Amino acid sequence: MKHVVIVGNGMAGHRVATRVHAARPEWDVTVVGAEPHAAYNRVLLTNLLAGRPDAERLTLPWPDGLPAPLTGHRATAIDRAARSVVLADGRELRWDRLVLATGANPVLPPVKGLVSDDGHLHPDAVAFRTLDDCRRIADLASRRRRAIVLGGGLLGLEAARGLAARGLEVHVVHAMGHLMERQLDPGAGAALAGALAELGVTCWTGAQAARVLGGGRMRGLVLADGRHVPGDFLVVSCGARPDTQLAAAAGLTTARGVVVDDHLRTSAPDVYAVGDCAEHRGVAHGLVEPAWEQARIAAEALTDGDPGPGYTGSAPLTRLKAEGLDLAAMGDVEAEEAHPDAEVLHFSHSGRHVYQRIVVRGERVVGAVLLGDAAPAGPLSRLYLTGARIPLDRRLLLFPGLAAGAQDTEPSDAVVCRCAHVTAEAIRRSRSEGARDTADVARRTHATTGCGGCRSAVERLLTEG
Amino acid sequence: MTRAGVRDDPPEPAAPEAVPTHCPYCALQCGMWLGQDASGTVHVRPRDLPPNRGGLCAKGRTAAELLSPAHRLTTPLVRRAPGAPLEPATWDEALARVAERTVALRRDDGPDAVAVFGGGGLTNEKAYLLGKFARTVLGTSRIDYNGRFCMSSAAAAGTRAFGLDRGLPFPLEDLEGAGAVLLVGANPAETMPPFMRHLHRQREAGGALVVVDPRRTATAEEATLHLRPRVGTDLALACGLLHLAVAEGLTDDAYIARRTTGFHQARDSVAEFWPERVERITGVPVADQRRAVRLLAAAERAHVLTARGAEQHSKGTDTVTAFINLALALGLPGTPGSGYGCLTGQGNGQGGREHGQKADQLPGYRRLDDPAARAHVAAVWGVPEHTLPAPGPSAFELLDSLGTEGGPRGLLVLGSNPVVSAPHAGRVTDRLRALDLLVVADVVLSETARLADVVLPVAQWAEEDGTMTNLEGRVIRRRRLLPPPPGVRTDLEVLAALSRLLGHDRGFPSDPHAVFTELREASRGGPADYSGISYERIDAEHGVFWPCPSQEDGAGTPRMFTDAFAHADGRARFVPVEDRPLAEEPDDAYPVLLTTGRSAAHYQSGAQTRRVTSLTAREPEVYAEIHPDLAARHGLTDGGPVRLVSRRGTVRAVTRVVPAAPLDTVFVPFHWGGEGRVNSLTHAALDPVSRMPEFKACAVRLEPL
Repeated sequence: MKHVVIVGNGMAGHRVATRVHAARPEWDVTVVGAEPHAAYNRVLLTNLLAGRPDAERLTLPWPDGLPAPLTGHRATAIDRAARSVVLADGRELRWDRLVLATGANPVLPPVKGLVSDDGHLHPDAVAFRTLDDCRRIADLASRRRRAIVLGGGLLGLEAARGLAARGLEVHVVHAMGHLMERQLDPGAGAALAGALAELGVTCWTGAQAARVLGGGRMRGLVLADGRHVPGDFLVVSCGARPDTQLAAAAGLTTARGVVVDDHLRTSAPDVYAVGDCAEHRGVAHGLVEPAWEQARIAAEALTDGDPGPGYTGSAPLTRLKAEGLDLAAMGDVEAEEAHPDAEVLHFSHSGRHVYQRIVVRGERVVGAVLLGDAAPAGPLSRLYLTGARIPLDRRLLLFPGLAAGAQDTEPSDAVVCRCAHVTAEAIRRSRSEGARDTADVARRTHATTGCGGCRSAVERLLTEG
Repeated sequence: MTRAGVRDDPPEPAAPEAVPTHCPYCALQCGMWLGQDASGTVHVRPRDLPPNRGGLCAKGRTAAELLSPAHRLTTPLVRRAPGAPLEPATWDEALARVAERTVALRRDDGPDAVAVFGGGGLTNEKAYLLGKFARTVLGTSRIDYNGRFCMSSAAAAGTRAFGLDRGLPFPLEDLEGAGAVLLVGANPAETMPPFMRHLHRQREAGGALVVVDPRRTATAEEATLHLRPRVGTDLALACGLLHLAVAEGLTDDAYIARRTTGFHQARDSVAEFWPERVERITGVPVADQRRAVRLLAAAERAHVLTARGAEQHSKGTDTVTAFINLALALGLPGTPGSGYGCLTGQGNGQGGREHGQKADQLPGYRRLDDPAARAHVAAVWGVPEHTLPAPGPSAFELLDSLGTEGGPRGLLVLGSNPVVSAPHAGRVTDRLRALDLLVVADVVLSETARLADVVLPVAQWAEEDGTMTNLEGRVIRRRRLLPPPPGVRTDLEVLAALSRLLGHDRGFPSDPHAVFTELREASRGGPADYSGISYERIDAEHGVFWPCPSQEDGAGTPRMFTDAFAHADGRARFVPVEDRPLAEEPDDAYPVLLTTGRSAAHYQSGAQTRRVTSLTAREPEVYAEIHPDLAARHGLTDGGPVRLVSRRGTVRAVTRVVPAAPLDTVFVPFHWGGEGRVNSLTHAALDPVSRMPEFKACAVRLEPL
């Protein structure tokens, strides 16, 4: 029997705990969570902002037999020599294997008045990261009319869409030249801003926030160029930074995140790191799919199971979760386009804010931006993630429904009645032989006698000129 | 006199001497009139009953062609030495061989040395008597049937959720009033065409039809909304739909509180199935997922129906459970006008699973491991309870053990063609060849019969009486128009004769009515209680729905669960499920997914329909539906040959280039044997609960020929 301590009760920590418990039910697994809640699904937090009635049901399943996590407890130190973790209340937890799943902290940009001299956030500002943050935003939204979202990345836009769905006036203030610049090219960014405008969200791009207007109660933001953005409260969504504090203090190798190898091992023996706090081959992902993949491999590795070839990285794929906004982004479209062998498929429809750009190389999808049309995202993301060969007819990537209508049967050979296998020609023949109505045709050909679905087609053929 | 040879007759009113009966094929059991003219030609005409609404498909309409002696067996065949050909024999010789070998095998190896394999097309009387024969005459625990390959996953999931499984716990007419129907992995427009009449009425009344199918089937083409998940991802899709129902506040919370237990665990189990992730797994666009859930939730009455596409997987039980969870969350099961149901496939797929030809069951849908059930049935059969064997292995496990160390050395097959219809059929065929004694009773010389040591020619639908239980749980009459041709006996006569030869002079009547009378007693008090059903009542009431403990006119249960579910506390169970990958995912060596299914022109293993002229003219040979790209990449042309290769075997088929086919998935129907037998490719990963094999997905590669 081994003691496993997992610091962090987010989606990555929860997944490691579940996996370890499944593999080694007799092991003692302790999960320490700083937040006071059971593990919940962070991906769905923005649903809550949209005011969906049952969206608070975010709790992740906790297996029977796995001890309840220690929630509301902060780990303050790792004692590598004693192989223990120290909690804020002084308790020490011994471990044989330690997993860091400490997540990431929101980045606060240098905006005057956002943080007071004593380090407190402005009372009308919330840095969006946790369930409690989300509840505070929802509370502000129920009492105020105008919201500003600082940061036009994925999370910020989902929040903006959610707040707009509640009927608020929403402004997105984004420092870069176009929205979601890490995933989108400028054309897609512009189309997205257009789509958001129709949903009641105003986007301010190339907009450097300089200071908060209003000390006690917020009135808006002043931009570096002097423009004013009106707003009664502020949601800060300017990215997140891996939480490496505990690891760094214990002398583990950290860079942007806690540095791990392909089996999610840190520089210290028997200490692993997964999820948003981890940095693998120079990348800290910040997405749930890579975090779950890491959790799976770490659980295998630390229970002496078969971790396979280990974690080799994840193909970046983001999907905006906001009703009325269909956006999927895969890979780095701009970088891939620059490749000499790249094929580019592009379709846009300005009137409907449709913008689709797909980059293909060696018969594989290597990058894509799909905005405004839901249909291609599912098949395309599968092709992208699995590296499967794409259709010879490239148009199918943009319009997967195209094939369904592409039947080119000769009209006279067309089967009108599938049940009795009767062609249009045969029905015309019955007519010329004297059939007047569907009963006559049924007697001669059995058309309409099975499922009956061809009745109207038969009637049409009987009356055609 | 020509006995058969069907003329294309108009569906005019039946002659007075015509016999009202039902189609020999699928579980819809369409009503038909059978008549015979002066020349002896048998005429089939549709008979307007609620399940078929006057419709009859091409299979049913041409069914009488098989009555002709030209197409069928009319004399027993025996193989007089190993390796010798099958030769005609008298009934006395054939039956004596069966009896002598059976006695010898049992003497050497004990009662489990001889096994029985039944079918979902057998009448209730035959299924019942076959189970009784196995348990009391042979004393074997080795009995199962091909229904295991049909709807066993839905039966297991339904029993788990509701405490009792009846395919449709409501009459088909209820579908016509539904605001929305979700049809999962079903293609009734080809497999049971007259069923579509109910959906047409439903659509005409403004209802929505949502079809879940990786293929663009004839049924999908009629849908309001077609969801096309990648093969093997419908469990994730179901979890995603439940997630959306919860997230959007569309659940029926009053119903959940009043009529169910376990919602919270099921809800938590789908927390990780948010729509964008489900889109990535399944390929079904987020917007379509939302639309599907909203259509279902907005409808005043709605149905969720599953069929083989969802069920024939090694995770089939959990997939069906996930869809039942969705139906429960929306408050459908047991609510009049709404519900969950399974579209049973074989003619008596419902009754066939209730009366004791299943490895773990006794008549009345009783459990063989339930002491009270054993005592009741043993008393009806007049045997000591302890002589009833224990539950045995399931269909594939049974077939896979034949002729092995400790496995059965003899097998009696009734109403099934496992050489064509079993998964990993090459392996199953090897097992059948390893037997000391294979006995097959069939109408035609099926692929399985060709391997037999003794082949017994038996009567078919128009030549016998009995009852069937259709997909609604409606018990109906099959009626005899004419006697079987000389040399042909009924299955009941075969069982009676064998029982006599094996020392049981009593208890095996060959008269169906006498068997049914006993079946009623055996089922009394069981979950599928037939005790109140009589032939007379069936005639008078156009069928009677079980459970029916009362003999009063009009008694029966068209709609189940309206007051309580069949669990002790009366509540339905939400069961949390976990998604998992296919048993065999494509890889570099076998890069293409294969899925199997049915064609409009054929029924099951094709043993009957391949012998009908017009059907076989329409679909003469096995074909593979392939996307134009996949075809082009492999140098395949429409109408040209293709070889499909899996880790277990190869198949030769005709390429059918289908623009609407999925890009990565090939479809092949399973109605052919020999080189066209697609079950040579499928594999036998079994569902842990239902023991259903994974017919619907395996990895293959394509080769031009």
